[in-house]
Amino acid sequence: MKQKLVIIGAGMASGRVIEHLLAGDPDGWDITLFNAEPRGNYNRIMLSPVLSGEKTYQDIVIHDDAFYTGHNITCRFGEPVVRIDRKNKVVYSNAGGAPYDKLLIATGSAPFIIPVAGKDLPGVVTYRDLDDTNAMMAAAEKPGGRAVVIGGGLLGLEAAAGLKARGMEVTVIHLMGHLMERQLDPAAGYLLQKDLEARGIAVHCKGATKAILGKDHVEAVLLEDGTVYPADMVCMAVGIRPETRLATDAALDVARGVNVTDQMVTSDPDILAVGECVEHDSQLFGLVAPLYDQARVVAATLLGQDAAFAPVQTATKLKVTGVDLFSAGDFADGAGREDIVYRDPARGVYKRLVIEKDRLVGAVMYGDTADGPWFFGLIKDGADIAPMRDTLIFGPAYQGGAQADPLAAVAALPPDAEICGCNGICKGAITAAIDAGASTLADIRATTKASASCGTCTGLVEQVLASTLGDAFQMPAAQPICGCTDLTHEDVRRLIKARGLKSMPAVMQELGWKTPCGCHVCRPALNFYLLADWPQDYTDDPQSRFVNERNHANIQKDGTYSVVPRMWGGMTNPRELRAIADAAEKYAIPAVKVTGGQRIDLLGVQKEHLPHIWADLNAAGLVSGHAYSKGLRTVKTCVGTDFCRFGTQDSTGLGIKLEKRLWGSWTPHKVKLAVSGCPRNCAESTCKDVGIICVDSGFEIGVGGAAGMDLKETERLAKVETEAEAIDLTVAFVQLYREHAKYLDRPYKWLAKVGLDWVQAQIVDNPANRAALIKRFDLSQSIYQRDPWADRATPQAQADFAPLADLTKEAAE
Amino acid sequence: MNWLDIGALSDIPQRGARLVKTMHGCVAVFRTGDDEVFAIDDRCPHKGGPLSEGIVHGHAVTCPLHNMVISLESGLAQGADQGAVATYPARVEDGRILLDAKRLIRGAAA
Ligand SMILES: Cc1cc2nc3c(=O)[nH]c(=O)nc-3n(C[C@H](O)[C@H](O)[C@H](O)COP(=O)(O)OP(=O)(O)OC[C@H]3O[C@@H](n4cnc5c(N)ncnc54)[C@H](O)[C@@H]3O)c2cc1C
Ligand code: SF4
Ligand code: FES
Repeated sequence: MKQKLVIIGAGMASGRVIEHLLAGDPDGWDITLFNAEPRGNYNRIMLSPVLSGEKTYQDIVIHDDAFYTGHNITCRFGEPVVRIDRKNKVVYSNAGGAPYDKLLIATGSAPFIIPVAGKDLPGVVTYRDLDDTNAMMAAAEKPGGRAVVIGGGLLGLEAAAGLKARGMEVTVIHLMGHLMERQLDPAAGYLLQKDLEARGIAVHCKGATKAILGKDHVEAVLLEDGTVYPADMVCMAVGIRPETRLATDAALDVARGVNVTDQMVTSDPDILAVGECVEHDSQLFGLVAPLYDQARVVAATLLGQDAAFAPVQTATKLKVTGVDLFSAGDFADGAGREDIVYRDPARGVYKRLVIEKDRLVGAVMYGDTADGPWFFGLIKDGADIAPMRDTLIFGPAYQGGAQADPLAAVAALPPDAEICGCNGICKGAITAAIDAGASTLADIRATTKASASCGTCTGLVEQVLASTLGDAFQMPAAQPICGCTDLTHEDVRRLIKARGLKSMPAVMQELGWKTPCGCHVCRPALNFYLLADWPQDYTDDPQSRFVNERNHANIQKDGTYSVVPRMWGGMTNPRELRAIADAAEKYAIPAVKVTGGQRIDLLGVQKEHLPHIWADLNAAGLVSGHAYSKGLRTVKTCVGTDFCRFGTQDSTGLGIKLEKRLWGSWTPHKVKLAVSGCPRNCAESTCKDVGIICVDSGFEIGVGGAAGMDLKETERLAKVETEAEAIDLTVAFVQLYREHAKYLDRPYKWLAKVGLDWVQAQIVDNPANRAALIKRFDLSQSIYQRDPWADRATPQAQADFAPLADLTKEAAE
Repeated sequence: MNWLDIGALSDIPQRGARLVKTMHGCVAVFRTGDDEVFAIDDRCPHKGGPLSEGIVHGHAVTCPLHNMVISLESGLAQGADQGAVATYPARVEDGRILLDAKRLIRGAAA
């Protein structure tokens, strides 16, 4: 018989218990999971990147519906438990009871509210869950809004940075003399304050809140010293207290938290507790690393195995992009303690090590935290540092005379050095996983969980991979765009949207570009992202485009160009053909070729002839075929019902309609379409970015095909009945790709990353979203659907394509 | 030196280039983001790519054919690449671009 396990609270701690339990005994338990929040387990520590716009809620879900259904877990989300009946072993929510054999209390903690007047006014929020985060994001929508954050600890500062990133004017009020006083010493606190102030966040230390003012909504915060800060929103982040109400009511032993033994059992042998709600050996917990240790013990206890929880030291990092701080151990001044301090004011670097009896007991670092894990290892191990004391502060790379190269620090870490703080994964566990075959970051996450929680250790994990595998390891997807930035394409796209960055200088300034004006790798990408996201605000920068897009023709290896007029759906007529023939003769075109995209290529044109040949072709009604662009190239069609005896629909007509709608749009990489009139597929629809196959009952739309370096068949996006629906879906798909894909990812590569399911959810299953995408596409087309040939038929453009000066007539001396 | 006015600074877009034809081939005249001008041979040391069509960043240009990065100041290939192109004296005065005519007419060899 399965045992009934009831869990109160679907948070990070209980989520980990469930994973261990399922791994240990997949069929032994019948699990019912209550949660006060109307959702399952997500990565609470990543709410800050959600707030700042660097991630979305979807990105931080740990257990999705599929997980819960797949493991037969009964979910009662949005149902807070109100009572535990220990005698009859039943817990109750307002919707009804659930009997248990074993009960696990995992209620986490609740934000502490300072008891001042006005604390209940609308506009006062705390920072604990997704609803709080959404409330803050909504408050930040108002342009020019002002936020006051009460509390300058980890949570308060992450909230402040997030609100600032969303455009609010932010003031942090902190009771103590310096920020994050529990993790930082005054010097590091000062550097942190300076950094935050430089980002436009005002900081008021030694500020005690007297009252929150306002009639129907917060209007201001009043301090004891009389200062008043106007506010449209107040975030209270002054601390947390364990959520113990249920346990207290049930008369379990509760001190500050629910008392548990080393086995995580409460004073009732059938009730266990885990997470921030517990107190163990007079200690409370507020970071996930020890909670995950607890979770392992809970699972072991439930499975009847021996295990005991023993808290280990934890280290702290602040998740504010661009702020690097690290703190571990104890760094209070004291008799018998000595400091080693290193400062580099120009770089804003501060490091302090606290030593007691030849052992490292504390470390605080600001500005350069690369050696943090190594110091943390020394603290945990209580290692004797006497032999390396003189060079200790310079980190592992300097020990034993090793050279200071970037990987050396990681290579020098001992196997038990902690790499992933959240999950308590040490280097040895990662190298063991590598020995067992793991070779990518994803492998490591799957097998060890390292870097799978808050992600700040991702770089370290990659360095362990690199130092262990050597050349066999390619730094994976999380690569920065180029040497000008440490951010990835995905980060930059998100930040451009989230922070409303609408020009190249704004992106480079706000995101800290390291070069004055970028390079040939980042500028074309940024130019595309900006014009795709802000069609009305951003002006296309030709100097940030590759030559082909700047000159609207494909450069050939000898420096000449090719010219390809558009032939809608591959259709042409004698007048167009005559104009092409005339142009080929007039400009002595060396080669004329029929392309795979059903049109004609004139190869070998001199640059200065381009505007002239375009003008001639324009006169015959021909426009640019954009054969050179990261944009819509061709829509290949078959003759369909017009001529073919197998045709089921007017494939040519549909192709022409699609081409007329989509031409001129810029996309992350080139886009090619095809429409075939029946499954015989003469237009080769099954290897196109979007390929439509007509059938008697309608249109089958496939996406993500490829026939270049990679060969890939399209996947079925949807089947629709009408031509109008086929066009809508195609347009929505192209716009979704424009808004989300990384520059130079073809649709099939992008699809492999986001998944067809997601795309279908966005555009097939969600008509409102589809309509919004189409609207945004059409808006962009109202600006970008212009024939570049017609635009360049002016004498000025013709002059710009010619040399500035001709000195060939000047005689040599 | 024999400064020759070859056009207005505004004839070249910022972070762009235009060509000057000479008896010895084309010279690319660059205007950088900070409005300095540089003149170098329009032939990439790698396979002759037209440097004037590259993307200009800082005081360097990336060849449009295979992405070799060339310093506009020294004409030298940057990074791990090897190679160099000839550079020519150039300056801006009152919004006009001046090149050294003697060097241009004599060609790079001199
Ligand atoms: C913004 C933010 C940033 C953070 N950053 C970090 C960080 O960088 N590093 C780090 O280590 N830690 C960080 N933390 C702390 C970390 O998130 C917590 O330590 C961890 O989530 C606690 O796990 P838990 O399972 O004990 O509680 P929780 O994850 O809070 O889960 C408890 C769940 O129980 C539910 N619940 C409560 N009462 C009831 C009831 N009566 N009935 C049903 N359900 C109930 C709650 O709704 C909640 O969903 C951060 C926390 C926040 C809020
Ligand atoms: S795909 Fe079908 S309709 Fe189109 S030409 Fe081929 S056989 Fe005819
Ligand atoms: S021709 Fe310039 S890099 Fe190859």
